[in-house]
Amino acid sequence: MSFKSALCAATAMTLVTAGGALAENLVIATVNNGDMIRMQGLTQDFTDKTGHTVEWVTLEENVLRQRVTTDIAAKGGSFDIMTIGMYETPIWGANGWLVALDDLSEEYDVDDILPAMAGGLSHDGTLYAAPFYGESSMIMYRTDLMEKAGLEMPTSPTWEFIREAAAAMTDRDNDINGICLRGKAGWGEGGAFITAMSNSFGARWFDEDWNAQFDTQPWKDTLEFYAGMMSESGPAGYATNGFNENLSLFQQGKCGMWIDATVAASFVTNPNDSEVADKVGFALAPNTGLGKNANWLWAWALAIPGGTQKEAAAKQFIEWATSKDYIELVAENEGWANVPPGARTSLYENPNYQAVPFAQMTLDSILSADPQNPTVDPVPYVGVQFAAIPEFAGIATEVSQEFSAVYAGQQSVDEALAKAQALTNDAMEAAGYR
Amino acid sequence: MARAVTQQRKIINTAAAWGIGLLIFFPILWTILTSFKTEAQAIADPPIFLAFDWTLENYAVVMERSNYMRFLWNSVIIAGGSTLLGILVAVPAAWSMAFVPSKRTKDILLWMLSTKMLPAVGVLYPIYLIFIKLGILDTRTGLVIVLMLMNLPIIVWMLYTYFREIPGEILEAARMDGATLKEEILYVLTPMAVPGIASTLLLNFILAWNEAFWTLNLTAVNAAPLTAFIASYSSPEGLFFAKLSAASTMAIAPILILGWFSQKQLVSGLTFGAVK
Repeated sequence: MSFKSALCAATAMTLVTAGGALAENLVIATVNNGDMIRMQGLTQDFTDKTGHTVEWVTLEENVLRQRVTTDIAAKGGSFDIMTIGMYETPIWGANGWLVALDDLSEEYDVDDILPAMAGGLSHDGTLYAAPFYGESSMIMYRTDLMEKAGLEMPTSPTWEFIREAAAAMTDRDNDINGICLRGKAGWGEGGAFITAMSNSFGARWFDEDWNAQFDTQPWKDTLEFYAGMMSESGPAGYATNGFNENLSLFQQGKCGMWIDATVAASFVTNPNDSEVADKVGFALAPNTGLGKNANWLWAWALAIPGGTQKEAAAKQFIEWATSKDYIELVAENEGWANVPPGARTSLYENPNYQAVPFAQMTLDSILSADPQNPTVDPVPYVGVQFAAIPEFAGIATEVSQEFSAVYAGQQSVDEALAKAQALTNDAMEAAGYR
Repeated sequence: MARAVTQQRKIINTAAAWGIGLLIFFPILWTILTSFKTEAQAIADPPIFLAFDWTLENYAVVMERSNYMRFLWNSVIIAGGSTLLGILVAVPAAWSMAFVPSKRTKDILLWMLSTKMLPAVGVLYPIYLIFIKLGILDTRTGLVIVLMLMNLPIIVWMLYTYFREIPGEILEAARMDGATLKEEILYVLTPMAVPGIASTLLLNFILAWNEAFWTLNLTAVNAAPLTAFIASYSSPEGLFFAKLSAASTMAIAPILILGWFSQKQLVSGLTFGAVK
């Protein structure tokens, strides 16, 4: 082989190798919801800009959680990017399972991420996942029914007012329930709601020494208030209602009020799906005057599992998907009401987005939740509607099953709290916390 | 008089059978109907049965969003491969248990069945690690092996039951005529047990097709079958029931058609030896 041929061959090989390194195929595990599906539809923009292609593995939330947890714990390497939440991120970051997102470009403007989101997705001050969208919870209520009841919703109502309003709006003859709330067992379903609610009653999961607190008065007050209000004004069978069941009831005009994820606002105000789209008002989640509202904080975020061979391309994707430009891209294609909310401060300064009816209340709700100090009394954990420790999901699922049994009339509040206290302390002892 | 009573009973039995059949089929029918509704019609209360504007929009969305043929092909390979491999392993096993039983045969059969009582999630992590070590995570080969092993107890049990109905003397006669073990199983036993083997094949194909734990947990992109296709349309935060129903209908359609055309074999196989 002549020197010239050898040089040509070497150049060709280099180009092929370089080309391969430049154009990666990223496998991304994600959850099935409107914002994520919109992102999948816009992926071509990322490919056009970077040359990288993307393959999506879309799964139902609980399946996704199990799937990515198994993969990252076993270092399976099935995914280059994972969609995870505020619960997983600090735990996995502490375990060293995620790539730190501490070298994002200046253009990305990491300081624009809402502080509450950045805080919840960090460990020891290092960001491990970039929020794709964030949410809190708030009150969505029927303005016409509230008016008919002769009441006016305050911006930040108390639980007493909500109970009174729910009773006034309830019209059993016309199948209208004053209030619809989650009662379904599961730490991310009814468990998330009752935990956020308990924060506003001054309750907490653990004291500073990781002792369970279900034997305290605030928990008894929370559960009795919830069960009492729901039996007066809630829908039949509320013990098995989750987000979708309540969304369906509200959209059909069968709920006076619904306290749930802020992301639901875009569904209930969409005239294509909701019969009450033009009669919905918003307010902060209720409180009892103790300084904490009953709203939670959550984000679906994109993270890179440690050990991926495509870290650089994965970071490029995360920068693209969680950027200000991406928000503009969605607005151009789908309208401002459909942009991913709750992640960036600049979105709420944008006059186009300020015109969206639920934008300000979503921001206010997010800003009023503090995952570092979620309760009235101090706690040793981070997280508003959860405690960011690996054992929480299992324990909270069992506890919420006990609570759902109360809602279904199968046991008393005292019995449920006694069982919750015992099983939580047992689990924490077995895990070495106590 | 007796004839009239018989006729009356026949009518009642037929009506009852149709009633039970429709009751069992109703969820599938409802899924199919929902797939032709809009999302708002899908959650309407009271539910709309037939009087809605039929639309193919959900199917169009699903086809646009997902590569259905890739999921379908993976399902065919995984379900077909695991079933065939299972039969290859189970026929000799069932033969030995049916015709050359030992003192421990019944215990072994019970032990095999007891493995089905173990929650699958209990062995997820070890199997996941083995798959990583062997490099068969997210491969059809890996899933064929795992589903074959999961269904093997049922295949062996079913074949054992069918083989027990075949008189041992026939095999003995074949042996006296000089048949080797392989010939005895291949040319004497297997043809006689064709209805049983066919129904075992069909039933296990259906079980493997519907399997939704291992197929979801051991796949990502390359080997994901139709169960993953359905899972991608399920959401706890958002009412997408019409699209989910369209995806479900597309996932169950092949197996429904297969079941419809092979119902005679299925029934004859499942009732094989039922009359004693």
